Amino acid sequence: MNATSAEQASAPVTEDALRSVLAGERPSSPGPVLTSLTFGWRALLKIKHVPEQLVDVTMFPIMFTLMFTYLFGGALAGSTQEYLQFLLPGILVQANVMITMNTGITLNTDIQKGVFDRFRSLPVWRPSPLVGALLGDVMRYSIGSAIVITLGLVLGFRPEGGAVGVVLSVALLLVFSFCLSWLWTMLSLILRTPNSVAGVSMMVMFPLTFVSNIFVDPKTMPGWMQAVVEVNPITHLATVVRGLMHGSVPAGEIGWVLASSVLLVAVFGPITMVLYRNKK
Amino acid sequence: MGKLAIETRGLKKSFGKTHAVAGVDLAVSAGGVYGVLGPNGAGKTTTIRILATLLRPDAGEAQVLGYDVVRDARSVRTRVSLTGQFASVDEDLTGVENLLLLARLLGYSRPRGRRRAADLLDAFGLANAADRQVKKYSGGMRRRIDIAASLVVPPELIFLDEPTTGLDPRSRNQVWEIVRGLVAEGTTVLLTTQYLDEADQLADRIAVIDHGKVIAEGSSGQLKASVGAGSLHVRLRSPEQRAEAERVLAAALDVPAEPSADPVALSARISDPERVARALAELSRSGIDVTEFALGQPSLDEVFLALTGHAAEETPQEDAT
Repeated sequence: MNATSAEQASAPVTEDALRSVLAGERPSSPGPVLTSLTFGWRALLKIKHVPEQLVDVTMFPIMFTLMFTYLFGGALAGSTQEYLQFLLPGILVQANVMITMNTGITLNTDIQKGVFDRFRSLPVWRPSPLVGALLGDVMRYSIGSAIVITLGLVLGFRPEGGAVGVVLSVALLLVFSFCLSWLWTMLSLILRTPNSVAGVSMMVMFPLTFVSNIFVDPKTMPGWMQAVVEVNPITHLATVVRGLMHGSVPAGEIGWVLASSVLLVAVFGPITMVLYRNKK
Repeated sequence: MGKLAIETRGLKKSFGKTHAVAGVDLAVSAGGVYGVLGPNGAGKTTTIRILATLLRPDAGEAQVLGYDVVRDARSVRTRVSLTGQFASVDEDLTGVENLLLLARLLGYSRPRGRRRAADLLDAFGLANAADRQVKKYSGGMRRRIDIAASLVVPPELIFLDEPTTGLDPRSRNQVWEIVRGLVAEGTTVLLTTQYLDEADQLADRIAVIDHGKVIAEGSSGQLKASVGAGSLHVRLRSPEQRAEAERVLAAALDVPAEPSADPVALSARISDPERVARALAELSRSGIDVTEFALGQPSLDEVFLALTGHAAEETPQEDAT
């Protein structure tokens, strides 16, 4: 292995060295913001050391954008160029929401390992390991969004709302994704294995993203389905992102998205924390 | 006895139908090493997790350094640290990143945290491995970084859950040295182990735990004394004489002598060492050639067997966590 024999052979711990480290100071505990950010830093370090985990935020969005643009473009909007203007904001939403799933899967893997025991035994604000992990994921969502938008621009997407519209819509999308992640965080604490987390997440995710206005205008759908589309928060999110990117500010819809974000955290946050506290 | 570092009364915790901890009473004085000894599945890990505030007990009370583990969990957390049995640091991160992460979480500024991490890596002989991912460490190095991570802020009490399980003898000795060093500096150590000689070597007092209950408690000497003064081991020149030797010894010692796996050896548990000389004389008078004999203190293995009726290494189920 990598451990050199020199390290193994030397008596590693001398009494003097141990005495001096045990004489260390006892700093005062930092606040919740700092500890959450510190856990966020851990998530970034993990991206640095295990860059493979970015596959989902890079490949997924590219695949989706290309696939749906060229698959449906001609049939649904007459031309791929036309369809791209409608689809790209929607794909951005779908890609982001899909990526949030990974939060639950990675967290489940993480919690299975002993290191979470150490985190839970620290005198820090209790949700901070989870909040930090989600903050790290926000970085992943940003990368995914940047990839979709860049690819869209290359393919011919022209946002009428300009840079400001794009930035605002991505910001809102990140807020929503962060809040939605609490659902997966909760699931990751209920289900035993990363596989089951992935399975259940898929089951929730597919209807959530497809039964919405991401791909098509709901006008052609049967009435009952339109009703579902209408209450699906993803529909409102897609409407907002589309609106902002194309230069209109749908204030009411923005309110809807922010309200559902708050609701997601208000419901799944506390449940998650109770589960986390009572984790075996 | 000084003041108590840990005190539990009637501690219970079940997982479904498994009673992992079924009424544990402990009184651990401050300073020194307290060993919790038991086979896999005895409830050691569950007990330690309750004491480290990771699990809430179903019933009973536990005080650590005077603070209730449920009502005053945060006060406990600021004063103790836990080195779990598995991967208690992040394997994807490097040694220095792990220590810096903990230093930051515990309130060190970035530069002071860096210094603290470097000091700890130095003290634990890991300075050369500072920038290597922990998953590339050897078993012994892993254990050292695990323990170093528990000392980022020096705790008053440290829990070590099976600190040497799976280590080679040299690394095991290094961990023992660290434990002794911690105690010399006034830290209280509670360690769980399934190795009897580890408890014997390190612990001032030992609680033997089986099926979620403390079945014996005391110093290693007291535990040994509770099962008799020790054993007489005898080796004969010829295996044919063993049956007769067994009879002679049993008569002279007043306890049954037991044949060992070795066809020329047998042993007997003794209560009174003075009888041993007489027993040996009886053997020679009966014309039995003894090539070797030894009077041994009982091992903790024998203690465990005597207390529980089964050997310590028996593993009926996985340790409930």
